[in-house]
Amino acid sequence: MDLHQTSATALLGELRSGNCSSAELTRACLDQVDRHDEKIGAFLRVDAEGAIARAESIDQQRAAGTPLGPLAGLPVAIKDILCTRDVPTTCGSRMLETYCPPYNATVIDRLEQAGAVLLGRTNMDEFGMGSSTENSAYQLTRNPWDLERIPGGSSGGSAACLASSMVPLSIGTDTGGSIRQPAALCGVVGVKPSYGRVSRYGLVAYASSLDQVGPLARTVEDAALLLEVIAGHDSRDSTSAPVEVPRYSETVSQPLEGLRIGLVKEHFGEGLDNEIAAAIQEAIRVYEALGATIQEISMPHAGYGVATYYIIAPCEASSNLARYDGVHYGYRTETQAMLQELENERAQLPADADQESLDSALVRMYRRSRAEGLGEEVKRRIMLGTYALSEGYYDAYYLKALKVRRLIRGDYDAAFGQVDVIAGPVTSSPAFRCGEKTDDPLSMYLEDLYTVTANLAGVAGISLPCGFTQHGLPIGLQLQAAPFQEERLLRAAAMYQAETDWHTRRPPLA
Amino acid sequence: MPLSRSDVEKISLLARLQLGQDELERMTAQLSQIVQYVEQLSDLDTDNVEPMAHTLDLQDVLRPDERCPSLPRPEALANAPRHDDEYYRVPAVLGD
Repeated sequence: MDLHQTSATALLGELRSGNCSSAELTRACLDQVDRHDEKIGAFLRVDAEGAIARAESIDQQRAAGTPLGPLAGLPVAIKDILCTRDVPTTCGSRMLETYCPPYNATVIDRLEQAGAVLLGRTNMDEFGMGSSTENSAYQLTRNPWDLERIPGGSSGGSAACLASSMVPLSIGTDTGGSIRQPAALCGVVGVKPSYGRVSRYGLVAYASSLDQVGPLARTVEDAALLLEVIAGHDSRDSTSAPVEVPRYSETVSQPLEGLRIGLVKEHFGEGLDNEIAAAIQEAIRVYEALGATIQEISMPHAGYGVATYYIIAPCEASSNLARYDGVHYGYRTETQAMLQELENERAQLPADADQESLDSALVRMYRRSRAEGLGEEVKRRIMLGTYALSEGYYDAYYLKALKVRRLIRGDYDAAFGQVDVIAGPVTSSPAFRCGEKTDDPLSMYLEDLYTVTANLAGVAGISLPCGFTQHGLPIGLQLQAAPFQEERLLRAAAMYQAETDWHTRRPPLA
Repeated sequence: MPLSRSDVEKISLLARLQLGQDELERMTAQLSQIVQYVEQLSDLDTDNVEPMAHTLDLQDVLRPDERCPSLPRPEALANAPRHDDEYYRVPAVLGD
């Protein structure tokens, strides 16, 4: 048995029965990273020493008969956006290159309590802004199925490390599709939980009313296992919902009787790749054969999702990222050069010019630090949000977008009055080539067409493998369920997975 | 409505970003394109629609007003680019 390729659920059995140790498993994962990550680039940093020490300590506890948590001994990779005490947390940004948080995110605390072995930190688009992981300040991540192509984003590293069998489980975050889209493009499973399901405490904020932490895995059962550990109310996050967490891992394999599936007619229009449309139709036939009823539904405002999102998310980002001021933490420009620059500008100012038109030293320090520490896409979104929130534009953009958000939620509420889950595509096309969309931000934004509405409405979504293109690129099936109906979502997904073997395919890593 | 270069310059000050000439140029074109795209929302009649800033119906989430430990000063200062034993250090704000 290749330990690094085995599912998390099966590995738990092996660990419990003593067929393998956590140290062996962790070494197998680290070996796989050593063999392949130079070309994939999924990890920003791997903590080999710390992971092995942790694994050995779990093994010792197991030998001593100490009660262990539900993930005891399993390696997990973490997107580099969850604060972890004394561990660099860069968010893929130069701004936070040296940042070491003095506290743990609640999700990290829960993983540690569950006995997980934290293997390393995965690459991402800077602060979660992007759909290709090309916006990382540090490195590219390649799609394991075709190294010329992007893995999706922003949780590209967390999806690529699973597809290339470097870990059984990983953590991502999803603000507009950042778990589901890379999961789809890399051929793995990714869940965006309902807003409020998982604590955001210690998750570095991008757009606070949309951000959610969620699990990525190679099977639906594994995703259920990981979600069960990280979900639940947290008094340190006032937007965390006081809602009971079902035992997803115990019910995930139970099929749903009389499942009603909705197909959004607006999702199958122009712009959807033919091979993807065919794969989704085929998945629907699988559900029909299982006894599900299929209904066409309409979400008349779905097409406005991207426009709504690209107002709300940048507005929230412009406010959240104001904290990067070069004072409290993060990057600061070289102060002497900055003061010299100001001095030169003052000397060149015409005698009758207003001295006030020059930045003060402090303002110039902020502006230069942010200009040098933040990447292009992040600056673009800060600028966009600042503009949309500025005097005279607030009603036309931000307030308008919040109203359309309500209409989109209304579409979902109406849909979930008729069906249990909504099925459809995750992306309109398979993984694109590195560099293909970098000069055209709007075309990159349109990648989020099928995923952003779930974030805007706060509903739960999952992406799972449902086929391959002729060129061997993975295709994802998206299922969505009403807020806090993750149990139903996971069971519906597992029904499909039990009938198909797409999730067992692995890329041929040279 | 397209943005002008001077609009973008003004926004860059509000956003506390310093943009070079090339960047200003590029940003003006890109922001104009994006703003033009999002303006499709004006097609929708939203007169009687309540704005939705948040998807959860949680209001006034309170906790007991109890004293609990906060971040020790050395830890709060540890990540700062410049600090002394007590304070964050910045370039002189007054008197220049």
